Amino acid sequence: MPQVIMPKMGDGMEEGTLLKWLKAEGDEVSEGDAIAEIETDKVSLEIEATESGKISRLLVGEGDVVPIGQAIAQIGDDDLVDGASEPTAEVISAPGTESESIKYPDRTTGDDPTTPDSPSTEGFPAGVAAQTSETTRPAAAEQPATETTSNGRFRASPLVKRLAAEHGIDLQQVQGSGPGGRIVKDDVMPYVTGARTQAPRQAAPAAAPAPAPAAATPAPQAEATPAIQSQTATGPATYSGRPAPVLRELPRIRRVTGRRMTESKQTVPHFYVTSEIDMAAAAEFRTQINSQLPEGGARVSFNDLVVKAAALALTQHPDLNASFEGGELYDHSNVDINIAVALDGGLIAPFIADADQKSLGAIARASKDLIGRAKNGGLKPEEYQGGTFTISNLGMLDVDEFIAVINPPQAAILAVGAIARVPVVQGDQIVIGQRMKLSVSADHRAVDGAEVARFLQTVRGYLEKPMTLALG
Amino acid sequence: MANMTYRDALKSALADEMERDESVVLLGEDIGVYGGTHLITDGLIDRFGSKRVIDTPIAEGGFTGAAIGMAMLGMKPVVEMMTWNFSFLASDQIIQNAAKLRYFSGGQISVPIVIRGPNGGGVQLSAQHTHSLEGFYGQFPGLKVVAPATPEDVKGMMLTAIRDPDPVIFMEAGALYGTKGEVPEGDHPVPFGKARVAREGTDISLISYGRQVNLLLKVADKLKEQDVSAEVIDLRSIRPFDSDTIIQSVQKTNRAVVVQEQWRWFSVASEVAAIIQEHAFDYLDAPVERVSGAEVPAPYARNLEIAAFPGVEQIVEAANRALYRKG
Repeated sequence: MPQVIMPKMGDGMEEGTLLKWLKAEGDEVSEGDAIAEIETDKVSLEIEATESGKISRLLVGEGDVVPIGQAIAQIGDDDLVDGASEPTAEVISAPGTESESIKYPDRTTGDDPTTPDSPSTEGFPAGVAAQTSETTRPAAAEQPATETTSNGRFRASPLVKRLAAEHGIDLQQVQGSGPGGRIVKDDVMPYVTGARTQAPRQAAPAAAPAPAPAAATPAPQAEATPAIQSQTATGPATYSGRPAPVLRELPRIRRVTGRRMTESKQTVPHFYVTSEIDMAAAAEFRTQINSQLPEGGARVSFNDLVVKAAALALTQHPDLNASFEGGELYDHSNVDINIAVALDGGLIAPFIADADQKSLGAIARASKDLIGRAKNGGLKPEEYQGGTFTISNLGMLDVDEFIAVINPPQAAILAVGAIARVPVVQGDQIVIGQRMKLSVSADHRAVDGAEVARFLQTVRGYLEKPMTLALG
Repeated sequence: MANMTYRDALKSALADEMERDESVVLLGEDIGVYGGTHLITDGLIDRFGSKRVIDTPIAEGGFTGAAIGMAMLGMKPVVEMMTWNFSFLASDQIIQNAAKLRYFSGGQISVPIVIRGPNGGGVQLSAQHTHSLEGFYGQFPGLKVVAPATPEDVKGMMLTAIRDPDPVIFMEAGALYGTKGEVPEGDHPVPFGKARVAREGTDISLISYGRQVNLLLKVADKLKEQDVSAEVIDLRSIRPFDSDTIIQSVQKTNRAVVVQEQWRWFSVASEVAAIIQEHAFDYLDAPVERVSGAEVPAPYARNLEIAAFPGVEQIVEAANRALYRKG
């Protein structure tokens, strides 16, 4: 029996949200009829019937998130065996639908509160909203999404369509900046002039699974494959007589960093816990071991001490050694600590595998090697794809403290400030202390504040009694 | 070259052609002894006499009909409408006779008449005396309709109009009679059906005719301050129409704003927009914008009159829409 599937509308698309059914079970449809509205991370569009016939079954509900390729409706005689191809296992119900306990009984419409209303029409008769949207000329900035027509073609100016045909530009990869997401000349000119290039359509999937050291590591640390970025080439409109800003081509690593950090800040509910550590003993300890460095040994940095302390603490606070991905929480049995390394064009975070089990000397050698090769571009993908917890250290740049953006899908990141000489109260006296601030940014879906605070207490314990680092 | 006003350039065309061709006669209300309400024919009665510069009764239908008859018999009358608003009274003669006699007679009769006068508004003459009739007359096969904007064009196109074997609706920009410009000495007729690129540009085509051309030059200045290079096209001739120039321009700029003082519905701008989409569709990056007069009878009050006609701000705004920019 013919099925209508969730289409793949762009290389980055993995799932789509079924916004609204335009047809009901039992409706007769002709091939090409719009049967549903879906929304991807980039666009809203209509799905068309691929066959003519009667819709025998709508397989997903409005608001459901459906992976690409999965059937959403059946067309044809209803000879479906009940339950035979129920696809619901993969369907993630949207917030606000029945699966959530939040209901809105005071909704003015008096509708069944479990019926998801389209946000734009909420509280208004449908007709009013439709009329408004027809009569109001949308400003370009208000509707950034690329829309498609019901036949799946992207809305683009005639000029753009001609240029795309002449220059082999794939408009599905171009973000439109015009009204209603129309792709206009400025959006494609960088491709016409060669200032930007597109990846071939058959590019590898956006994120290859990392050859992770343990099966439970669900996500790559950084992407090895060329992720195709939709990008708008329209510059900021500054026509006030000041020099126009110059478009700078983003290096790929910058783009990947930007996209991942945006995704993180927009989708991960961050919270932050900061603690001040007395580093006097750690400084003393570090001087001591570095003065007795064996031949060929790597000097132990403060960061190495923090890596070791955090790694040991993570074994006791596994909630922070976790990943939240695809709506699920994964625990890691390994402790692989990523070290964020600033490069000219962006960030990369190679990891020290099994840092909890490595000696300080081994950590020092590994980090020196990884940081050195990161800066020379000599890292292998398996050295930065993966990791379970990230440490970002700006201490060498005299930063008192800062908060970092979580490196998804990891549950937490530790931001390390400089060791400052500060007046501290000791008994009834003020003495010069050496203090360092540690800030943890954590994903509230994975862990709560109290646990992060306890983690920091454990880290403090290690750093303030640094001999324990050598024992652990 | 001589620097002269639109008014003097027009008068010199009439005088030159009357010198050259004895069959050229002028008819109209108060054009002789009084010199014309707008002084276009001032002094011509002294120079050419009252048989060639004929003061008529206040009867547009009558004297226009008489002039059509003269034209049918080989004269080359140039009829002044004190303003084009009064031509409604003569429109039956113009449309039913002048426009159709060549057709009705199988080409045996031609009507080489020029009907001229100030068109459009902007000078507080209120609703009955403020019309832009180029779209109206442009509708009728058999008429030629032109709307020159510069002294050079008004002279050159009047020479062409008088020599043309068919009826010509000569729409002067009344508000521009006093504006000055360079006019070449001698006989330099400007052909019909050829638009003029008043300013070259690369980012957007601003298209109009008549007095709005000057407005468009101001708009182009304003857009230049915003780093937008606007091309200004003066259509000059509404019928016959120069499609090639606007199509070439839009192929270069990918965007167009068409401006007119007349009302938008069924107007010159509508026709220009349609021609652009027919012939330059694959070059358009944005819908063609039209800026037109407000859909009301022309107001008398100065502030309302200004608001009712296209102004620099409105056109800049339309240009920015076509450029997908916030101004």
